[in-house]
Amino acid sequence: MKPQPFAAGVSAALLAVTLGACGASGTDGETGSGDTAVTLTYWASNQGASLENDKEILTPELEKFTQQTGIKVKLEVVPWSDLTNNTLAAAVSGQGPDVLNIGNTNATTFQSTGAFYPFDDAALQKIGGKDRFVASAFASAGPAGSPPTSIPLYSQVYALYYNKKLFADAGLQPPATWEELVSTAQKLTNPAEKKYGVVIPGGTVNVSMHFSYIFSEQHGGAAFDAAGKPTFTSPGMIKGVKQYVDLVSANKVVNPSAAQYTDSAQAAGDFARGDAAMYMAQTSGINVLTKNGMTPDQYGIVPIPAPAGGTKISSFVAGTNVSIFKNTKHLDAALKFVAFLTSDEEQAILNKSYTTQPTVTGANASFTDDQEKLDAFTTILAEQAKPLPLIPGIQAFQANVGGAVVALIGKAATGTAVSEDDVKAALEEAQLKMGAS
Amino acid sequence: MREQLSFRIFRWVVLVPLAIFTAVPLYVMVTSALKPLQDVRGDFQWWPTNLTFEPFVDMWSTVPLADYFVNSVVVTSIATLFSVVIAIFASYAISRYRFRGRGVFSGVVLSTQMFPGVLFLLPLFIIFVNIDRSLGFSFLYQTRIGLIVTYLTFTLPFSIWMLAGYMNGIPRSLDEAAKVDGTTAIGALFRIILPAARPGIIAVAVYSFMTGWGEILFASQLTNSDTRTLSVGMQSYATETNVYWNEVMAAALVVSVPIVVGFLILQRYLVSGLTAGAVK
Amino acid sequence: MALTFLKQAARRPAEPSPPAAQPAKRFTWTRLAPYLLILPAVLFELLVHVIPMIVGIFMSFIQLTQFFITNWSAAPFVGTGNYAVALDFSGPLGWQLVRSFLITLGFTVLVVGISFVFGMSAALVLHRLGRGRGFLRTLFLIPYALPAYAGIIIWKFILQRDNGLLNQLLVDGLHLASERPFWLIGGNAFVSVVVVSIWQQWPFAFLMSMAGMQVIPEELYQAAAIDGASTWQQIRFITMRMMKPLNAVLLLLLFLWTFREFNTPYVLFGPTPPEAADLLTVHIYSSSFITWNFGLGSAMSVLLMLFLVVVAGLWALWNRRVNRDA
Repeated sequence: MKPQPFAAGVSAALLAVTLGACGASGTDGETGSGDTAVTLTYWASNQGASLENDKEILTPELEKFTQQTGIKVKLEVVPWSDLTNNTLAAAVSGQGPDVLNIGNTNATTFQSTGAFYPFDDAALQKIGGKDRFVASAFASAGPAGSPPTSIPLYSQVYALYYNKKLFADAGLQPPATWEELVSTAQKLTNPAEKKYGVVIPGGTVNVSMHFSYIFSEQHGGAAFDAAGKPTFTSPGMIKGVKQYVDLVSANKVVNPSAAQYTDSAQAAGDFARGDAAMYMAQTSGINVLTKNGMTPDQYGIVPIPAPAGGTKISSFVAGTNVSIFKNTKHLDAALKFVAFLTSDEEQAILNKSYTTQPTVTGANASFTDDQEKLDAFTTILAEQAKPLPLIPGIQAFQANVGGAVVALIGKAATGTAVSEDDVKAALEEAQLKMGAS
Repeated sequence: MREQLSFRIFRWVVLVPLAIFTAVPLYVMVTSALKPLQDVRGDFQWWPTNLTFEPFVDMWSTVPLADYFVNSVVVTSIATLFSVVIAIFASYAISRYRFRGRGVFSGVVLSTQMFPGVLFLLPLFIIFVNIDRSLGFSFLYQTRIGLIVTYLTFTLPFSIWMLAGYMNGIPRSLDEAAKVDGTTAIGALFRIILPAARPGIIAVAVYSFMTGWGEILFASQLTNSDTRTLSVGMQSYATETNVYWNEVMAAALVVSVPIVVGFLILQRYLVSGLTAGAVK
Repeated sequence: MALTFLKQAARRPAEPSPPAAQPAKRFTWTRLAPYLLILPAVLFELLVHVIPMIVGIFMSFIQLTQFFITNWSAAPFVGTGNYAVALDFSGPLGWQLVRSFLITLGFTVLVVGISFVFGMSAALVLHRLGRGRGFLRTLFLIPYALPAYAGIIIWKFILQRDNGLLNQLLVDGLHLASERPFWLIGGNAFVSVVVVSIWQQWPFAFLMSMAGMQVIPEELYQAAAIDGASTWQQIRFITMRMMKPLNAVLLLLLFLWTFREFNTPYVLFGPTPPEAADLLTVHIYSSSFITWNFGLGSAMSVLLMLFLVVVAGLWALWNRRVNRDA
């Protein structure tokens, strides 16, 4: 009976083969990254109309960078839905790309994880100093007083897009107050023909947070007090959220189906097809609409109006920042890459392609040939945009308040009237969750 | 055998609704895959009016479906192969040996069936990353190997349990007879047990393959754009401006056909393999 | 399942090899053999299941939030603090956890119950069917063979408000409703997730039932028929009785799998499901990954696991009694 050992030996050998085989194929990875051929891994965010669109825009620029410096860049375009998660994963594990884009709303939250390289004065000098940047954009990079862990790349603001033809046919002017927006929208709504006044991406958590913030600021509410404590149940905050939800609930100017749009691009589709006459979106909406077959001459842009007597705030300073991962083995190369992306020349090229606003003063906004639109966006950014609070809890704010608003919109869409008390209860719960977590 | 009328009525009351319930989604998949985009965007049409094969062409370019397909095939096949072989050895030990720790081993293996995936997703991922860090290169994290190791382990408990049950059902007198004839234990495993356990082994392989092919949670966290598998990649059709429902349905059809055909060919083994573990 | 299996194993000691009269301490290859045979399985289980599990349980005792995820050692030890938050039913997180638990329980009972009835009935009527049996059997098994996400995505299309089959049928076809209902948000979402899960699960119950019926000897039925037993009596006294052990395993497996179901709600609704379909696994996933509180998420997972262990334990007790009586 000697035989068993053999069987056992086979199983042990099998294990060895498994491990050996794995080892062999694993070494194909990025081991030999000596000084001669540095390859940076870059996670780009989904700025364009599709991931493919992003690759088309970025690839020639990255090749230019390789020509200039000899540094190769491995590009990975990550959808927004995965970007936060993947960045988190990278932060937890210490294993990530060398350079990555982040939404600037997340800048402070990510800074608090300590996973990203802080741009101290010396590092800032390497990318040309902070005075090169537009002040409002740079302010979004992180709380004052500590070196920021991200550098602004593309700036954006929200605006109201309106369909020129639909407005002209009905003899309407773009609204100047929120009340006008609602009454205009009601005139343009005809559910029988599936035409609606406004489209919103009602199922999208981050956009719901954006509008809650903007509208509560219009009502003088604030999401956080000076000490950074959540004040979601302030009267202004409740009114602001109600104003947004009422588009679906009381005013009924939104196709209820929009409550299921979990991506702002889906709302763009409705607007481009003429199924909705108005659409609130960021600057990059121009590019998204073009990809959907709607040219800039077909729509106009005005600031999102505030209620009569309210504070004229129509956006926050939105945008995308670029960060260097702290564990990078190629810090110098990464800094060179950030310097390249924020150079005047690249800023002009990239922001034109993405129809966003440059973050450096040396490049002019040129995302459209339409001077009127350029001016509208520039005015909003300069006069009507209020930065989001720079506190670490902003990610939780987005998850809790954004999530609560999505649920309220869902309720409104399925036919339940949403009262002020419902809004208050939802916000109260969101606030309690902030404390508990 | 004569059947009562009431039973015959019962039969049709059961079969007709179930057949409709099962078949309608399949019908929707096949017909929608043959419609142009505007026809899946408006009201649902029961009968496709404008037949087109374009979704089957376009689906490869809308998302890199071919890459996902290759990843899924590689990961799932290798994981299945190793899972089956490892399970054969382990279940042979459990079925034919008495050894200290046998109960503990069986108990631990089976209790993993109660582990919620969300609990060890993050730890697993951190362990993978740390192994990579100490090795100095990408070995497990966001690699196919990492996913293979994960999937093969996921299917091990059920496979070991099923195969041990199956082997317990193979009379020991067979191994004994072989041994009397001078066959070694490994000889007995290969010559007696394996052929007799073939349905069980095939059942385990089918189960392992299906588990890996359809897993979503771990695939979404443990892969990157190069190693993404179908289960995660398929969702890319819906994240962009349009939901390309016709292409989604075409892709669903294409990724399902191989596994459904394979399953249907091997199902009779699955039937006998499954019950052996449970009943015997 | 675990326990029956162990019990069987204990009841049936492997008589032939190795001889029980092995000298106790001496090292031999024969003594080592079983350990070498299970070694690969042990290593993989340790790497992927056991160690991560232990780490996960450890995580549930620390305050693992965004501030500490890059440096675990700095995360404060909070003892049972995370459990206190999760089980504080007056707070929103505890209350939502209970709601999610109850929804999941309702979901599981419905899905398992209906899938079992469907599977058993179909197996019963097909078992005695001549022509058409192969075809129907194949058709019924397809949803099980289909990759989970493929099946769920088809349903997601069917359940769309504007271009889905269901609303076309209800509103335009049967005129049962004037306004198109939502199926993926609001209260209907629960119905949707139940129906989709049944569609995917019942074929497994069918497969197992069919397999169990095949091993019942035909002579039993013949003898019963000669004694004048009706078809229903044969089903009740022969089929059902013989199927008992298999049904017990089947129900437990279905329960454990369904209670932990992640794919269906996740693909149908995404990471933030509607309240009515807020199943536990997705709830925990969101609590950990969306709000970045892994300590709390882990505590919730441990509670979920404890519940499943209790269920399996009760099942084992019940099963032992049933087996003893039988």
